[in-house]
Amino acid sequence: MSDNGQYFQRDRTWHPPAFTPSYKTSVLRSPQQPLISLENTLSESTGPVFGHSKIGPLDNDLIRNYAKTGEAIGQRIVVYGRVLDENARPVPGALVEFWQANAGGRYRHKKETYLAAIDPNFGGCGRMITDEEGRYWFRTIKPGAYPWPNGVNDWRPAHIHFSVFGHAFAQRLITQMYFEGDPMIWQDPIAMTVPDRAAVEQLIAALDRQNTLPMDSLAYKFDIVLRGRRSTMFENRMEGN
Amino acid sequence: MVQKLDFLKESPSQTAGPYVHIGTNPNWVEITGVWNEDLGLVLVGPETKGERIIVKGRIFDGAGDVLRDALVEIWQADAEGLYNSPEETRGKADPNFVGWGRQPCDGTTGEYRFETVKPGRVPFRDGRMMAPHITVWIVARGINIGLHTRLYFSDEEAANAECPVLAQIARRNRIPTLIATRGEENGMPAYTFDIHLQGEKETVFFDI
Repeated sequence: MSDNGQYFQRDRTWHPPAFTPSYKTSVLRSPQQPLISLENTLSESTGPVFGHSKIGPLDNDLIRNYAKTGEAIGQRIVVYGRVLDENARPVPGALVEFWQANAGGRYRHKKETYLAAIDPNFGGCGRMITDEEGRYWFRTIKPGAYPWPNGVNDWRPAHIHFSVFGHAFAQRLITQMYFEGDPMIWQDPIAMTVPDRAAVEQLIAALDRQNTLPMDSLAYKFDIVLRGRRSTMFENRMEGN
Repeated sequence: MVQKLDFLKESPSQTAGPYVHIGTNPNWVEITGVWNEDLGLVLVGPETKGERIIVKGRIFDGAGDVLRDALVEIWQADAEGLYNSPEETRGKADPNFVGWGRQPCDGTTGEYRFETVKPGRVPFRDGRMMAPHITVWIVARGINIGLHTRLYFSDEEAANAECPVLAQIARRNRIPTLIATRGEENGMPAYTFDIHLQGEKETVFFDI
């Protein structure tokens, strides 16, 4: 029994639908025709491999990787977790990229106009490649909540964006991580594009007091699950496919 | 009660948001000094085998406006039709071609643009050959889950006509939305692949 069959069908009821009017930008950017179902070919079951050599030693330290005159300001946290597949197996060698606003809720981006102060020592980006057990970790400051133009007075809860590559392009995923105990998650038009409460909860990192660094940083655990693959029991496979 | 199946659920997708570039192309948004070069900008080098081509295009929303904040990734086989991936068992792909690219749409014109090589043909599941194609994946503010499509080539009429994936599209008048139009730029073939998120010309997107 090998492990190289098709990727499991994506559960589209677990993901947000394309058209979510309470998140207004989706209205004109959501395809209206049904997606064409396509069983994986090599074009979907293959994917790029990123070598550890591409990654620098400070890439997963957002407190220091943009530091100019001192360290980034804010609540110091460590975020860690594993990249797993739906079979609950670790995904080693996965490139995980993350980006976020600063402690005041301001992004360092040329199009950002929110009045909160820019932190001269905070860039807001990081990345890591998962180890043999699928683990990643990084150090940062807790991002602030911020207002955004959607409703007259909508606010995003504190969150960190994640981009993840698995072993196949079919596994490609971008998502966001929220923080345990934040009441604003449930008022957020973007988190609420996810229809199922349990699915939203899958995006909320747990405060991990055991792994808190004494006199230094809080710790949050955030596991990410990519699509799993079918085992090929009794499946006739074409040569080379 | 029955035995439990030990599966996890895939993490739900969330929009990449307007500032996706901070994480993917920090140098492009002037966050410099964190890493030297944004990943995926360059696909070909002097040693890469195959015909150099440009693929470019713009993404339009349902009102016909151009998206200027989207991010485009491509994934393709090399000139011989081999993927540079451990999953590739038919042979060894060109070591000088990864086959993955990533570009932000231009902040003013909305154009995305890759210099790459024309991919060779790759077999479908049953061994029949698919027409040469590039997988395209787009994310942006307002897109809740990344959209997968395929770019085919207008000068591959015979291969397109027998491609088993294109054959699955029942509404034949939608197939042209997947075919990039060949032009020329500085003596190099340049294929234009515009993507329409909605409307009469809505691009075919795949659930893969």
